[in-house]
Amino acid sequence: MTDWFQVVVFVALIWATAPVLGRHLHQVFDDQPQPLFDPWLIPVENGVLRFIGERGRPAEQAWDYLRPLLLSNLLFGLVALAFLLFQPPWLNPQGLPAVRWDTALHTAISFLTNTDQQHYTPEQSLSDLSQLGALQFLFFTSAATGLAVGFAFIRGLCGRPLGNFNTDLIRAITRVLIPLSFVFALVLLVNGAPMTLAGPITLKTLEGADQILVRGPVAGFEAIKQLGENGGGFFGANSAHPFENPNPFTNLLAMVAMFAIPAATIDAFGRFLGNRRQATLLLLLVTVLFLALAALAISSEQGGNPLLAAWLSGPNLEGKEVRFGAGLTALFATITTGSMTGAVNGAMDSLMPLGGLVPLFNLFLQVIFGGQGTGVAYLLVFLILTVFLTGLMVGRTPELFGRKVEKGEIVWSSLILLIHPLFVLVPAAITLSYAPTLSGISNPGSHGISQVVYEYASAAANNGSGFEGLGDGTLWWNLSTIVSLLGGRYLPIVALLLLAAAFARKPKVPPGPGTLATDTGLFTVVTGVVILILGALTFFPVLALGPIAEAFSLVNAR
Amino acid sequence: MTTLQPPIFPRMPRGRRDQRRYTERPRSDGLLGRAVLQSFVKLDPRLTVRNPVMFVVWCGTLVTLAATVEPRLFELSPEAPGRGFNALLSLILLATLLFANFAEALAEGRGKAQADALRRTQASTQARRLLPDGSEALVDSSALRRGDQVRVSQGEMIPADGEVVDGVAAVDESAITGESAPVLKEAGSDVASSVTGGTRVVSDMLLIRITADPGKGFIDRMIALVEGAERTKTPNEIALTVLLAVLTQVFLIAVATLPPVAAYINSPTPVVVLVALLVALIPTTIGGLLSAIGIAGMDRVAQFNVIATSGRAVEACGDITTLVLDKTGTITLGNRLAEEFLPVGGHSERELATTAHAASWFDGTPEGKSIVRLAEKLDAVTALQMDTATGLEFSARTRMSAQLLPELLGVQEFSARTRMSGTDLADGNELRKGAVDAIKGFVRSRGGTVPDDLDEAYERVSRLGGTPLAVCWNAEIQGVIYLKDIIKPGMRERFDQLRRMGIRSVMLTGDNAITAGVIAREAGVDDFIAEATPEDKIAVIQAEQRLGRLVAMTGDGTNDAPALAQANVGVAMNSGTQAAKEAANMVDLDSDPTKLIDIVTIGKQLLITRGALTTFSIANDVAKYFAILPALFGQAGLAPLNLMGLASPQSAILSAMVFNALIIPALVPLALKGVAFRPATADELLRRNLLLYGLGGLVVPFIGIKLIDLAVSALRLV
Amino acid sequence: MSFLREGFKALRLTVVLWLLTLVLYTLPLLAVGQGLFPAMANGSLLRNAGGQVLGSTLIGQPFSSDRYFWSRPSAVDYSTGKTAPTSAPSNLGPTNPELVKRIEATASTYAKAGIEKPAADLLYASGSGLDPHISPEAARQQIPRLVAARSLPSAKLEQLILRHTQGRVLGFIGEPRVNLLALNHELDLRAP
Repeated sequence: MTDWFQVVVFVALIWATAPVLGRHLHQVFDDQPQPLFDPWLIPVENGVLRFIGERGRPAEQAWDYLRPLLLSNLLFGLVALAFLLFQPPWLNPQGLPAVRWDTALHTAISFLTNTDQQHYTPEQSLSDLSQLGALQFLFFTSAATGLAVGFAFIRGLCGRPLGNFNTDLIRAITRVLIPLSFVFALVLLVNGAPMTLAGPITLKTLEGADQILVRGPVAGFEAIKQLGENGGGFFGANSAHPFENPNPFTNLLAMVAMFAIPAATIDAFGRFLGNRRQATLLLLLVTVLFLALAALAISSEQGGNPLLAAWLSGPNLEGKEVRFGAGLTALFATITTGSMTGAVNGAMDSLMPLGGLVPLFNLFLQVIFGGQGTGVAYLLVFLILTVFLTGLMVGRTPELFGRKVEKGEIVWSSLILLIHPLFVLVPAAITLSYAPTLSGISNPGSHGISQVVYEYASAAANNGSGFEGLGDGTLWWNLSTIVSLLGGRYLPIVALLLLAAAFARKPKVPPGPGTLATDTGLFTVVTGVVILILGALTFFPVLALGPIAEAFSLVNAR
Repeated sequence: MTTLQPPIFPRMPRGRRDQRRYTERPRSDGLLGRAVLQSFVKLDPRLTVRNPVMFVVWCGTLVTLAATVEPRLFELSPEAPGRGFNALLSLILLATLLFANFAEALAEGRGKAQADALRRTQASTQARRLLPDGSEALVDSSALRRGDQVRVSQGEMIPADGEVVDGVAAVDESAITGESAPVLKEAGSDVASSVTGGTRVVSDMLLIRITADPGKGFIDRMIALVEGAERTKTPNEIALTVLLAVLTQVFLIAVATLPPVAAYINSPTPVVVLVALLVALIPTTIGGLLSAIGIAGMDRVAQFNVIATSGRAVEACGDITTLVLDKTGTITLGNRLAEEFLPVGGHSERELATTAHAASWFDGTPEGKSIVRLAEKLDAVTALQMDTATGLEFSARTRMSAQLLPELLGVQEFSARTRMSGTDLADGNELRKGAVDAIKGFVRSRGGTVPDDLDEAYERVSRLGGTPLAVCWNAEIQGVIYLKDIIKPGMRERFDQLRRMGIRSVMLTGDNAITAGVIAREAGVDDFIAEATPEDKIAVIQAEQRLGRLVAMTGDGTNDAPALAQANVGVAMNSGTQAAKEAANMVDLDSDPTKLIDIVTIGKQLLITRGALTTFSIANDVAKYFAILPALFGQAGLAPLNLMGLASPQSAILSAMVFNALIIPALVPLALKGVAFRPATADELLRRNLLLYGLGGLVVPFIGIKLIDLAVSALRLV
Repeated sequence: MSFLREGFKALRLTVVLWLLTLVLYTLPLLAVGQGLFPAMANGSLLRNAGGQVLGSTLIGQPFSSDRYFWSRPSAVDYSTGKTAPTSAPSNLGPTNPELVKRIEATASTYAKAGIEKPAADLLYASGSGLDPHISPEAARQQIPRLVAARSLPSAKLEQLILRHTQGRVLGFIGEPRVNLLALNHELDLRAP
């Protein structure tokens, strides 16, 4: 019962924060005055802009926005890669050596793409300098890149110029990510997340064993990890680790942090569009989808594992912390995969089959709140596709927000639709073809399929969580997921911005009674159905062979 | 010299509009047979490859055929489906292809039949070309060039499109209009001087200047259009094709990656079954019917006796948000009739009637004739010497005003065109009737005064929705003629429908603002432009377009041509000038301006049909998954997904495929006729169509596949 | 040329953002942490009277001797031994036979210790491998064993468990739990 109440409270918090934060985001990206921030941030921002020689001219074409984006992302990645490859002795209390090249490359790209898959054990691999200078740096820049893309896309759909990438990036960091993370980090700190550069402590446990406690600048790292929907843990156990997520309260905050910005971005979209009802309906849609998935995940974990009925009863607690229990772990799993964060507070691999289906499903859809900035963009792409499919049925060539949806929009939208299965299913099929050598599957049967598919889905969706039993620290896994990481990040970004720029240039058609209204309950329901059908139909076979087959096998066992 | 047979036009929709709508063209014999033949011809991969969805089915058919010849070609496992199953599957896939081809061929065939009939009128004729020295030479009609002059006598075919330079003749235009009554053609008149190649002179003789090179004439264009030779995909069709192609690729990825995944848990995936799964998932229904829907849309427009120059134009009709309509002939019956004489300035009714009678004596327009008739009814026959008088052309209808001869009238310059006519008597008396302000101007120019009660009479007529015509005898205004406008029955309902569809109607009229307002209110149009000149038309269209609206209009005169070209959908009347027809993107052979409303409906119907079948097609996938996946992966533990309780894996696969094939011919009538369209708001339409085609698309295949499965297992096919 | 200029711009952007995230964010946090909340910032360490670090109240320790309340199974043995530091769950899938085997083995250990049907959290491995808690029920089940080992009355043990039990936050967030290190440390203090 308390599990369900937590869900309700969580959703209420998201709905309460969305308008507040949404207003803030709208002000930031619409360049409106913010008396609270302007006096001390404008000098900083202007200083940075002057230093880099940016005059802030808005992009005239999509490539004017994309070029600096791609170039700076390349450099961000190279900086991080350098730290990992060389791992100097500074801030390196354990004296850790350089990271293996393929792992370093995979890690740099994984964090650069806001994914944060970790094919290494952080405690044993990364110095504090690498954690801060490579990973935390990318936490900020990748999240800011996502936000910039999201708002450039929103501007385009609302018929405005895309904006200026460097300005967007800097303002996202100075006005959104740093202030919010700072507050969140302080709360985490007070609750027990360490914030120190001191090295690990070796101690004798009460029973006399040697235990090594790794500490570090965790609180700051953790805050931007969640808020930026990054998800890469300071520790191997990620948010299950007590230093990252000390108690249920920090857990609640972490969950709110993961959904806060995507939900607020949807709200801010409504403000940009001048139609908040549209945004509220979209928020309602993803909330309802989220609730359905959360309910499935929580109830399947609460149901427990019938194979173990001889020895125990109650919910499935394998891979879960006592302080969170089955309910909060299942809820967290739904949120972290819905929002493309990828932080986990329990083992995804050990979830019940349907509990594991939920995160996988989230990764396939990518819109149940979705990634930083990109979530709302994908949601709007589905809106475009829905308008196109159903809009014809009112007898007009389809239009969205007063602009015609034509070949160009459909090309880019459906390209985004195509990219995902391409970068998930194809590598998964290759890996499973050579399963004994390549896959590193640790759980037998259908579960192995879920492990492999999950890893690529997580990479292509830029989520970063994993069915971590998978032996993924290999050359094959590092290199093959890099393809999915890059393909799943930058191809959609290019497509999104090209779409937005072309859309903005179209003449505006005034709405009339013959116009298909997209801000109605009916249309929102239809959008939901289209998301489920177009987003999930492709993946239905692997879902069937993976988690669904595993679930049936449990039913039979019972 | 003459053609042997009179041209046959396969359909001649006539009579009242509501009856005409259902006039089915007599289906020419062999249409079905030809379509069947064409369905096989279209199996040619070079043709199939243009349709990505059907091309995938085509490739799949090859695979299953190969597996029929040698079942062990793709798999060695003994559980692989046998030859019988593969053969059945191949047949079903082949049928799917043929059904799709048949739909397209059927749609094309109807156009072809029409084109053939037109082509018969094109039989090469001889023409008498005028040489510079004035002599004539017999040349083949194909040798004629733009600018040549030809002489065409009674019984001869007009060799090419042209303009009458000299002569008056009756011309039978039934070949293109279906209207058997001959039309009078004469030089100098804007409308009546244009002739169309392939029509026949039935009396007298015409001297014609050719205006179109061979192969570029009106009939040539019509043939190319109805035949589909120039059929390019419309923008919306292209966008939809892109989406369908991408969906096909997505499902191709989903299916192609399945074998290694299934192999991992030791579940076999026979290639033929994968082909079946792929074909079931890709949107074959809409893929197979898409081009048929487009052709049928053009065809439906043609059934209304309208020739569209492109599918794009028909599609644009669905998007129209503003209709610009002429009042006269469209909203009101073409002929206004004189209803009453309203004397002013102390003149008697009889006095006024007598002057009106004289002023209208030379006016051949229906209005003028009605004035004469009304005056005669009042016994106010003129005692004037009409045989010595000079007639001045009437110009109450704005577009006629161009023919006025101001210098002959000797009036001072008006800013607007002189909207009046009259009679100059031999004794120098000038009798005029016309627009009130025009007459006022005339009177003032002659030093006369305007009676105080003129405005009162003017307003009274205007408020009744009538057209007031002032009448003067020299500088003395005697009164006002009340010309009554009669709004066509049912117009109000039509405009209400349009409004519900989100279409604004703007009425253009030469009437004064009060009259126009009354008529607009009575007819239920949303807006009107009073005292409009031809230039106003284009201004109205541009203003609407600046607001982002899409505008449709009708027109026939040469001065309408710029506006027709400016409008997003311009419908020229076939009775109109060559220039108007060139500028428009549709030509109405019946010259019925109200037809615009029907064309809009057809455009919408076309789009709705496309959307409905796409939705239906994609929604079908859910049921097909639940039929094929449990059949394919029963061993892997997915048997419980067999929600429909299908008899056996093989029968499940076959049933899904049979359903997939049969749904195409089942939907052909819908694709060709278009879904039923009732004017309603977007929301109402969406709700209704979603329920029908979205929900229907989810549910119908579950029922259909189950029924087919019952039949398949009862027949012991597998 | 313009590409070079843009590249140079991106380079300067990279440098300035790198500094910004450290100077504007991490340094102030470190200062606040070390200045205002040193205990939390340094890992919530638990020290004995002599100042020797016994552990972190947030991090679990392995307890399997008779004298302590036992801890949950850990896939990484609570990061003890001579191995490099780590934290991880077992990652055993719900249908993995290994999971069944391990549960069976752990259950039989408890059975030998007289606990027939141990609380689920005692059999399931934790998510971090460092779970500092067990459920109150799991603690109470172990009372009879500790009454014998520590010669403390069960009422007293019950009271100790209660003292180290944290309820749900605000009564509905999370699960009630017993901090095992604190509880066992108190056992050492009360009944050495």
